[in-house]
Amino acid sequence: MASKWKFTTKDLAEKPEILMSGHRACAGCGPAIVYRQILKATRGPIIATNATGCMEVVSTIYPYTAWSIPFIHTAFENVAANAAGIETALKALKKKGQLKYDHVDVIAFAGDGGTYDIGIQALSGAAERGHDFLYVLYDNEAYMNTGIQRSGGTPHGAWTTTSPAGRVIPGKPEYKKPIADIMVAHGIPYVAAASPAHWRDLITKARKGLEVNGPAFLHVIAPCPRGWRYDTSKTIEITRLAVDTCVFPLWEAIDGEYALSAPSKVIALKPERKIPVKDYLKVQGRFRHLFTPEFEHVIDEIQQIIDRRWKRLLKKCDMA
Amino acid sequence: MTSEQKGWKEIPIAGVCWRPATDYLTGDWKTLKPVRDKEKCNKCLICYMFCPDGAVTWDPEIEDIGFNLDYCKGCGICAVECPKKAIEMVHE
Ligand code: SF4
Ligand code: SF4
Repeated sequence: MASKWKFTTKDLAEKPEILMSGHRACAGCGPAIVYRQILKATRGPIIATNATGCMEVVSTIYPYTAWSIPFIHTAFENVAANAAGIETALKALKKKGQLKYDHVDVIAFAGDGGTYDIGIQALSGAAERGHDFLYVLYDNEAYMNTGIQRSGGTPHGAWTTTSPAGRVIPGKPEYKKPIADIMVAHGIPYVAAASPAHWRDLITKARKGLEVNGPAFLHVIAPCPRGWRYDTSKTIEITRLAVDTCVFPLWEAIDGEYALSAPSKVIALKPERKIPVKDYLKVQGRFRHLFTPEFEHVIDEIQQIIDRRWKRLLKKCDMA
Repeated sequence: MTSEQKGWKEIPIAGVCWRPATDYLTGDWKTLKPVRDKEKCNKCLICYMFCPDGAVTWDPEIEDIGFNLDYCKGCGICAVECPKKAIEMVHE
């Protein structure tokens, strides 16, 4: 499945902003960049719905809304159910001849809390029922707007306020849940992992997710300067490092067939380009405690996890 | 339900945000602002793609970028990512 849509940067810049300026995301917010980029991929009328989370809060602080399209805020647990309802309502209207558009795209947005933890049952159900919608997981790897609590998406060894690094534990003891693989296992037609640093790839994937008939799932890494503890100017740099270290490889699975995307494919073909995970960890304050004699071994452990996951991915992509 | 209470058909739809976020200026959050060296800039629009706040503007008429300081939060991403190193963050 290849999208026929071609775009230049100018085309994107001349498209009206769907997420308007004046939203209250923190300076340097990764998720806000992700939203802006994804919303450049739309092809016509759309309805967006957002689980509770950072981006819902910052984009709809009463009485202000940063959305120039129909937008529905829903609870933490049911954004996928909400999207399913919207899609079904549109179908019903169309059947009755009451829909003035030929097609309306439906996008569900949720963070890691609303996806890995609280929203997974609704997501799994909507995927199984085969609703035609794009689900965007913007993964900032913790519950950020409530004060940096760990989620199923927080990586091993990361400090959060509920996995504090001290003498007892070196940050989060558990591992990041392979959420995108879980979505591939649902047998849905399109799943992809993307990063805002590689914006062409991200926007193309978002478009493919909209064009495909049936559920599409987009997992996007979205750094948070407050929760990851780094300078606001480094958001994109860190995302790029996540890809270059294979902490967050870029790939897509069309009808369950995995394939690496260009920035990660280069690393698969030239393994010497793979950067040590240490370089990714050291630029983030949430891993600072690992750079001590006491917890150094956790860095090696993280490297091993990443290597193992990368090898497994290469196998799935027939590149091992 | 007593007869004085409104039924669900009468009550207003809950929580409709009616005011555009653009009415809320986030520009005063910043301590640093981006300043571009026009000579160095090749108008690649990379800064536009990476700004979290839509504060980098593109004017197709004059084919040039600009900064909307009413919304720019001074994060500095544009300055770090500009391939031409054309943007400098300076104190307001
Ligand atoms: S990224 Fe730099 S060179 Fe490109 S348009 Fe922006 S200021 Fe100009
Ligand atoms: S400093 Fe940040 S908010 Fe301001 S224009 Fe640059 S990227 Fe946008």
